[in-house]
Amino acid sequence: MSFISYLLNGISLGSVYAIIALGYTMVYGIAKMLNFAHGDVIMIGSYVAYMAINNMGLPIPVSILLSVIVCTLLGMMMEKIAYKPLRQASKLAVLITAIGASYFLQNIALLIFGANTKSFSSVVNMEPIQLAGGQLIISGETIATVVACIVIMACLMTFMKYSKAGHAMLAVSEDSGAAQLMGINVNATISLTFAIGSALAAVAGVLLCSAYPALTPYTGAMPGIKAFVAAVFGGIGSIPGAFIGGILLGVIEILSRAYISSQLSDAIVFSVLIIVLVVKPTGLLGKQIQEKV
Amino acid sequence: MKKLLSLAMAATLAFSVVACGGTDNTQNNDNAAPEASEDAGSTDAASDAATEGDVSSSYNGVLKVGGIGPTTGGAAVYGKAVMNAANLAVEEINAAGGVNGMELQFQFEDDEHDAEKSVNAYNTLKDWGMQMLMGTVTSTPCTAVVNESAKDNMFHLTPSGSAVESIAQPNAFRVCFSDPNQGAASAQYIGENGIATKVAVIYDSSDVYSSGIYEKFAAESANQGIEIVAQGAFTADNKTDFSQQLQAAKDAGAELVFLPIYYTEASVILKQAAGMNYEPIFFGCDGLDGLLAVEGFDTSLAEGVMLLTPFAADAEDEKTKNFVAAYQAAYGEIPNQFAADAYDAMYIIKAAAEQAGITADMSVSDMCEGMKTAMTQITVDGLTGEGITWDAEGEPSKSPKAVKITDGVYTAM
Repeated sequence: MSFISYLLNGISLGSVYAIIALGYTMVYGIAKMLNFAHGDVIMIGSYVAYMAINNMGLPIPVSILLSVIVCTLLGMMMEKIAYKPLRQASKLAVLITAIGASYFLQNIALLIFGANTKSFSSVVNMEPIQLAGGQLIISGETIATVVACIVIMACLMTFMKYSKAGHAMLAVSEDSGAAQLMGINVNATISLTFAIGSALAAVAGVLLCSAYPALTPYTGAMPGIKAFVAAVFGGIGSIPGAFIGGILLGVIEILSRAYISSQLSDAIVFSVLIIVLVVKPTGLLGKQIQEKV
Repeated sequence: MKKLLSLAMAATLAFSVVACGGTDNTQNNDNAAPEASEDAGSTDAASDAATEGDVSSSYNGVLKVGGIGPTTGGAAVYGKAVMNAANLAVEEINAAGGVNGMELQFQFEDDEHDAEKSVNAYNTLKDWGMQMLMGTVTSTPCTAVVNESAKDNMFHLTPSGSAVESIAQPNAFRVCFSDPNQGAASAQYIGENGIATKVAVIYDSSDVYSSGIYEKFAAESANQGIEIVAQGAFTADNKTDFSQQLQAAKDAGAELVFLPIYYTEASVILKQAAGMNYEPIFFGCDGLDGLLAVEGFDTSLAEGVMLLTPFAADAEDEKTKNFVAAYQAAYGEIPNQFAADAYDAMYIIKAAAEQAGITADMSVSDMCEGMKTAMTQITVDGLTGEGITWDAEGEPSKSPKAVKITDGVYTAM
């Protein structure tokens, strides 16, 4: 029974990784850059939701919406200020800028919100489901996270397949030069990608902090890095890949913590990245899926 | 408040830059000629005494005591409590004529519970002219700073640095119990009062405080007939999810979960345990003090949590009542055990300095030698124990009390 419980915890954590990884993978697919500040957008999103709920007394749906809006604007602003001027620069310069943006966000949060841990109250007001006579308890957060992840995945896939903007994204990801010649506004498309990725980050932040309630300016750093591992694991640039990579990584992490060692779980998670890169450098779904985002 | 905090942050940043440069200098000095730094200390002290003497003529010189602890970050509750209580004690001591006729001056620096920042803070305080150190508040930074203070042969009294290594040097003493004492005392308390026989432990293997208590607890448990049925470790990078450790404890049928950790993680553990309908007795050490002050934490989750502490704010004796009233009037909150430790520390410094006949014109090193001898001679009746005495190792001898959280406040058991 405890195995099922661990598995559910893993899927729940993996769903959060998957939502974050979607942001990583979309931005990589279209702008061909790794946005390392993505994890910190999660943290900002959580703080906005925390402040809205605890200090401004807003209802929970409004708070989440506010957090999504703030993160969307933040993502677009970050792209405009930090990444757009470097579009023609070398990849390394953009990568370093992303790391700089990450530290910038962490320290801004440190200044504004302080270093004290805040205990995030869960946004999910659902009674836990008890199965097998109370032996197996599925928390509301677990259900909400998994459902949110699946819904987001489905929406994104539909968006990419049927909407004009989605087609434009696909075109830019395949060949941005050609896409521009065909009359696609490449800058607007990239901006839209950052907006979607950051909005997802806000949702991920709220869900993450609902399940693991300690909120600090460094809350987003570790999940951000693990979600990046998940994106690479699943094949960076691929939406289903990010989903599968995220879930698998969450399950591996929780199971290794439960059955191998609670201290070694991070080491195991990162070993997975190394093994995947050695054996299959494109990730699980890196090759099969032709349509990159 | 936030503006203040950001200013403080900026100041800390600026200080750490300055202090980084300072560290190198000090180390060079120490390697080249240990006497040089001591001389510098004494001239500092003498010149400070001369300048300050004119301003406050009613005192016979100035005694500068520095304090270090986290006033921001995950252990901020401790640092703030120590800073507030120390200031309170300093005001009282000065109003009553100072230490040996000297005016007591106290300055407190933030270290964010980080060893490197703590050493920087130590150097900042040395630049200020510190003659004795009352700090640092948390164990890991204290262990780093004690090596620096030993090089300068500066008297070092930590209110709450409880790791064995925190006072490993001959110049260092402490007010609180050591970790091994806390671990052993917890096991004894649980065993002798028959609270539980099946116990799970969740501890931070990357922290000396936590792992130190755990080891002694495990050793003493065997003598007390306590069975440790599950032990779940975590590390500093891996402390947001404890559901696996809790699940393991639950599956093993633990009646009590021993938490030799700090309150930040404990608040997450309590929340996650409640989420999985697991309701064992939670038992902790002084690190759990501060749990009720976590921002956004639902204090009803802490109902029934027991912790071993030398101080309970609701105790009935005259001394505690006066202290709690004065602290509450000044800072608007009920003091925790760290505040009591710091308040005692200031009076211990006063008692030892008077015993040793410390005067403002003595060098830092001479003061330290005098204080070291005096510490083993004095007996202090403080908030955290009656008739506390010290051995030459720097360990206090006093007996612990246990408190239980009931309706959001500590009550003595």
